[in-house]
Order: sequence, then C-alpha cells, then structure tokens
Amino acid sequence: MSTSTRPRDAALGTGLGRVLLLVYGTFALSASARALVQISTRFSEAPLAYLLSALAGVIYLAATVGLAVGGPRGRLIALVSCSIELLGVLVVGTLSIADKVAFPDDTVWSRYGSGYGYVPLILPFIGLWWIRYQRPSRNRDQQA
Amino acid sequence: MNGPLSVATIVVALVLAAWYFLRSALDRAPSRLDLLAMAGLSALVTVLVVVAVIGLFDGTRPSDTATFGGYLVTTVCFAPAAIWLARLEPTRWGSLILGVGAVVLPVLVLRLQQIASVIS
Repeated sequence: MSTSTRPRDAALGTGLGRVLLLVYGTFALSASARALVQISTRFSEAPLAYLLSALAGVIYLAATVGLAVGGPRGRLIALVSCSIELLGVLVVGTLSIADKVAFPDDTVWSRYGSGYGYVPLILPFIGLWWIRYQRPSRNRDQQA
Repeated sequence: MNGPLSVATIVVALVLAAWYFLRSALDRAPSRLDLLAMAGLSALVTVLVVVAVIGLFDGTRPSDTATFGGYLVTTVCFAPAAIWLARLEPTRWGSLILGVGAVVLPVLVLRLQQIASVIS
C-alpha cells in the first residue's frame, strides 16, 4: 500500500485528510469572506452574528492549517478547532432558531448550517473522527 | 450570467462529479483523463467568469460588487486548486477531491447568478 511510504506525521493531511483539507479550505474562505463583507459594510445591524461569522472563519482556517501541518502540533490545532467548530454549530444553530432577534442575519452556522447544505453540521464529526482515526498510538501499534 | 454557458457549466460539472464519486467508490485513483476532464471544466468556468467580468463593464453592476468579485475570484481558482490537491493524492481520495470540487462549482455559479440578479 502506498500509505506506508508516507511520513507518519503527515498522515493527518493525506488520504481522506486531503479531501477534508479542500472542504475546510473552502469553508475557511467563504466564512471569512462573508464576515469581512458583513463587518465592513453593515456591522451595526447584527454585531453578534457578524462576529460569529468571523470566529467561524478563523476556526475553519485553523482547522485547515492544523490538517495541512500535521504532526503533534497540527493534530492539536485541528482537534481544538474541530471541537470549537462542533460546539459552535450546535450552539449557534440552536440559538438562531430559538432567538431570531439576536440573529437577524445569517452566519455559516445559523440553523445548523442549512444555508450550506448542512455540511457545517456534518463536517466537525468527520473531522474529529478522522483526527481520532489517525491518532499516533494507532500507527505505533501497526509498527510494533 | 443566466445564459446557456452557465447551464452547460452546471450540467458538465454535475455529470463529472457523479463520475468522480463513482471512481472513488470503486477505489480508483484519478486517471490522466479524469484530470484532463477537470481541466476542461476549469476552462469552461474561466470562460464563464471572463464573460461575467466583461458584463461588469457594460453599466449594469450587481449591488454588491465586492462580494461578486470575491465569488468570481473563488470560482476561477477553485477547479485548479482541486486538480492540484488531487494530483498530490493518487488514491481513491484523489477522485473524491475532484468530485467535491465538481460539486462545489455549480453552487458557486448559482451564487454568482443570485448576486448578479440583484442589480442596483
């Protein structure tokens, strides 16, 4: 198998990880760009929603970088950002339904990411599963 | 932005996406032909974006020109980025990358149409 020839610490960003890299990269770009437009043109309309847009952009960016860097540090970055992402999509998704006044304008995470085909809801689960699947101890077992 | 060109782009992208997903499901790495087909789609998208940019200069601008411009840049760069990643990944996941890329492109084109139709 070709995977055995790859450097072990790069495994996070290869295989399925590289698919995640493309998807996370896309979301990093779209969430950040959206926040930039929202904050620069009409920040006072819905400050909370727009700041959350910006936060989402940063989280997706961090996850992308973590996956790309790999190794213990990349894993940690990816793990933390995917966890915040999961928390964010659940909390913001719930709040955007419960409290429409605080969220007059959409973020990536509004209504569990329905505006993005619910991909923002599924993505952190796949991300976290992948990080766990690629944990170093598993590779050590294989080597021993 | 609503011409036959964008319809053709969307149809071609969806057909290719189905093909790439099938290839990935069958555990096939992207072949040379797969990559060339994606490059063809990329060329089609580039033509579409050039037409849209020319359209920006004939007086009728979308109300949100900055967003429109951002989407144009993203759209034109997306397929090449997918091809680049797919070439780094000569496994079934490379085919999945091309599939994801081909699925996102119609979304980008539809968003461009949406933004373009809101004319100030």
